[in-house]
Amino acid sequence: MRTPEDGGTGRAFEVTFDGRPVEALPGRTVAAVLWAAGVTSWRTTRDGGRPRGVFCGIGVCFDCLVTVNGRPNQRACLVPARPGDVIRTQEGTGHED
Amino acid sequence: MRTDLAVIGAGPAGIAAALAAARRGIRVALADAAPGPGGQYFRQPAPGLGAEGAVPRNARRTWTRLRDALAASTVDVRPEHHVWCVERESGRLTVHALLGPEQRASVELRADAVLLATGGYETVLPFPGWTLPGVVTAGGAQAMLKGGLVTPGHTVVVAGTGPLLLPVATGLAAAGVRVAALVESTDPARLPRHARALAGKLPEAAGYAARLLRHRVPVLTRHTVVRAHGEERLTGVTVAALDARGRVRPGTERLLPCDALAVGHGMLPHTDLAETLGCRLDGHAVAVDAEQRTDVPGVWAAGEATGVGGAALALAEGHIAGRSIAARLRGTAPDTDTWAPAARARARGRTAAAALHALHSPPAHWGEDVPDDTVICRCEEVTAGAVREALTLGAGDTRTVKLLTRAGMGWCQGRVCAPGVAAVTGCPPAPARRPFARPVPLGVLAAQHDRTTPHDDHPRPEEGSP
Amino acid sequence: MSESLTCDVVVVGAGMTGAACALYAARAGLDVTVVDRGPVAGGTTGAGEGNLLVSDKAPGPELDLALLSLRLWAELAALHGPEVEYDAKGGLVVAETPEAYDGLRAFADAQRAAGVTVEPVPADRLRDVEPRLAPGLPGGVRYPQDAQVMPALAAAHLLRASGARLLTGREVTRVLRARDGTVRGVRTPRGDVHAPAVVNAAGTWGGELAARADVFLPVMPRRGFVLVTEPLPPRIRHKVYAADYVADVAGDTADLLTSPVVEGTAAGPVLIGAGRERVGFDRSLSLRAVRALAAGAARLFPFLSEARVLRTYAGFRPYLPDHLPAIGPDPRAPGLFHACGHEGAGIGLAPGTGLLIARALTGETPEPALAPFRPDRFPRPTKEAPR
Repeated sequence: MRTPEDGGTGRAFEVTFDGRPVEALPGRTVAAVLWAAGVTSWRTTRDGGRPRGVFCGIGVCFDCLVTVNGRPNQRACLVPARPGDVIRTQEGTGHED
Repeated sequence: MRTDLAVIGAGPAGIAAALAAARRGIRVALADAAPGPGGQYFRQPAPGLGAEGAVPRNARRTWTRLRDALAASTVDVRPEHHVWCVERESGRLTVHALLGPEQRASVELRADAVLLATGGYETVLPFPGWTLPGVVTAGGAQAMLKGGLVTPGHTVVVAGTGPLLLPVATGLAAAGVRVAALVESTDPARLPRHARALAGKLPEAAGYAARLLRHRVPVLTRHTVVRAHGEERLTGVTVAALDARGRVRPGTERLLPCDALAVGHGMLPHTDLAETLGCRLDGHAVAVDAEQRTDVPGVWAAGEATGVGGAALALAEGHIAGRSIAARLRGTAPDTDTWAPAARARARGRTAAAALHALHSPPAHWGEDVPDDTVICRCEEVTAGAVREALTLGAGDTRTVKLLTRAGMGWCQGRVCAPGVAAVTGCPPAPARRPFARPVPLGVLAAQHDRTTPHDDHPRPEEGSP
Repeated sequence: MSESLTCDVVVVGAGMTGAACALYAARAGLDVTVVDRGPVAGGTTGAGEGNLLVSDKAPGPELDLALLSLRLWAELAALHGPEVEYDAKGGLVVAETPEAYDGLRAFADAQRAAGVTVEPVPADRLRDVEPRLAPGLPGGVRYPQDAQVMPALAAAHLLRASGARLLTGREVTRVLRARDGTVRGVRTPRGDVHAPAVVNAAGTWGGELAARADVFLPVMPRRGFVLVTEPLPPRIRHKVYAADYVADVAGDTADLLTSPVVEGTAAGPVLIGAGRERVGFDRSLSLRAVRALAAGAARLFPFLSEARVLRTYAGFRPYLPDHLPAIGPDPRAPGLFHACGHEGAGIGLAPGTGLLIARALTGETPEPALAPFRPDRFPRPTKEAPR
């Protein structure tokens, strides 16, 4: 994904996505960080196991649900990325067992 | 905490109202879910990104003015307040909001007046492949660009219908994305019919058109996306021409390779808070009088919530609402002459909005052409076939379709699939009842019970059988 | 457009009770037409949880009807189980105090004598039976006969299985009666439906329908809320609620007081319902009622505090002053039968009600005796009396 005006004033930091390091710029949402890293899906559906990512981009559709730091069902398009965030692809309900 | 006026939504309408009321000595709290004011239209990149953002130049001037006025005002700006309910009990209004991105704790704002400036959200009608990663709403692509300076792919098709498509296509092109096509289902031959009503919008549209030309964006009018292709993500879309009745002309299909599709078919107002308060709705919009008052005492509404019409209209409505509230909270009737310029802007804005709405209706017969195996409800993965089956089981309205299929019962509570369900079933679209405007942790509700119930009045089991 | 139809029986109401009446009447060989002013499952059926319970019923006519109905539900499930999401999950009633546990066991003993299967669960086994339950509860009773269906699907599929003619979107404006008082059908804005028998399965609207046949039946609405959480993995195995027992004024029987019923669903969300309020047909949100539901559920299952509630909705339970339904022929209007006023138990009691109505329609003597459910048991109030 292009990042048209990269190189802003904030200092980049690192988060992980499914265990691999991803660079993040301050102020970006989890979804923006993942798009900038070329990732467009981070959830699979409960029934069909189909991949999903951003759809509405403004917190309405809940398609971009993701697990951040062990807490499932966060809207990636709303949650700001923070240094050290552990972002994981979410499967099904996002809850264990 | 207590305030005179709680404004819900810090977009154009909410900011204009907050400023107008605060200037007249009213204590105002301005709550919004986002990290900063602006709403979708004036959405700003985070300060850490160190960029001006993708707001159009003329809008940037308006934004600078509003932002500076807000900073100089007494308005109590409350970002990251996700309002889930406005409660009205014995005439007193309480705004309930979940805090921060975590949304685990809830606060209450008590107010004598509430302005609902809750904005709107985009509608997308379903088509095969619309659930693939890489397919996003046009507004979503714009929001991600404005707020995060990111784009959904390298080659994008912008499609659907409505005035949002032009700024989205030009914004993406300006950000360096290859816009493979702008696919608009409306026939431009219908434009002259509305030229008068839209006269004020034409310079803006002409500016977008010039930029499309500069970026060599092919424009396909009277075309539609019939299918999105890909397995794990989008690889291309099939577009086709529409005939005069809005049906796909056989043999005109062609494939456009792309890794992103930004698609939209118009907008709907957010009316959940209003509906729960008992405000009368007019179709999908909150009904208001000339002062922007709803029929519930103490509750005003402005902006897209009262009918989708864009930022200029929202600013005018917000301004009028703020002045009305300032007068009414003092127990006086406002002098409507003093806001005559805003009233004229509102009238122009509503005329233009009606024309745009008429011009940009999605193709007729859309629902009939959706194949049975296409998912309609993205949350619960309910297909068009299942939705049609519900009709044969005795459903005659979208609520019963939901009961029988789960379409609309998932995380988004039918906000996304409602237009699709209505299109596929032919049932009249009706606003759903959503007492919780957002998901609320059960512990938040339980704690409110435990706090409001005296200890000796232990949560009393209910009388009788469950 | 006006049309005239003739059949053996008109069932008014396309909810669960109407569907069951249609099904058993059709099985008895009758030609059935179902008429509803709205869609299928548009009233209380579409706003309930689908509780099929014996656990909450004291010995008496309602428990007898519930036992019959639960047997019939199991038969229906053999044919339609997956379509109606039938789940014989059993109920678990827990006590929150030692005194309540004593009361619960005494209540269960009486139920056992009336034919209910009860399995006491001591404190140290509670979490084997229901692992996520809050610790420290003194004990409970498991009721294997309690079960669950998805009520709207149940009504829709059983209506379809009945083969009855379904006329939705038609309000019955009048129950037609001959000069001698016998019923001869119903009038709708789109034509009359002629039949020698009419079944009032109109739920909360049953009193109004009775009035349109010129008979008195004081069916009233009682509001209840249901909370629905985000989809969760299967974590709650039973229908679970807490119960307490208070002696009534006379002191010779005990009245049951219950917490909200908490249960998982096939689709994932946990359902929590429902308190009762007498507020007429007011559908608006009562945060107070909803908070009480949440608090009750969180006390039973602390993990639910973290779950997010996606929605809540109100439903109206149709009830009669003595909290028993009206089932059977109405001697005041020959040919009129009632099947309404089941309060919060209508889904569970529907098959039994339908079977009894079918037997009454075909002249068989119904059992258990319909006497406690006689629809003419409420005297019409005098003009002075408050309504």
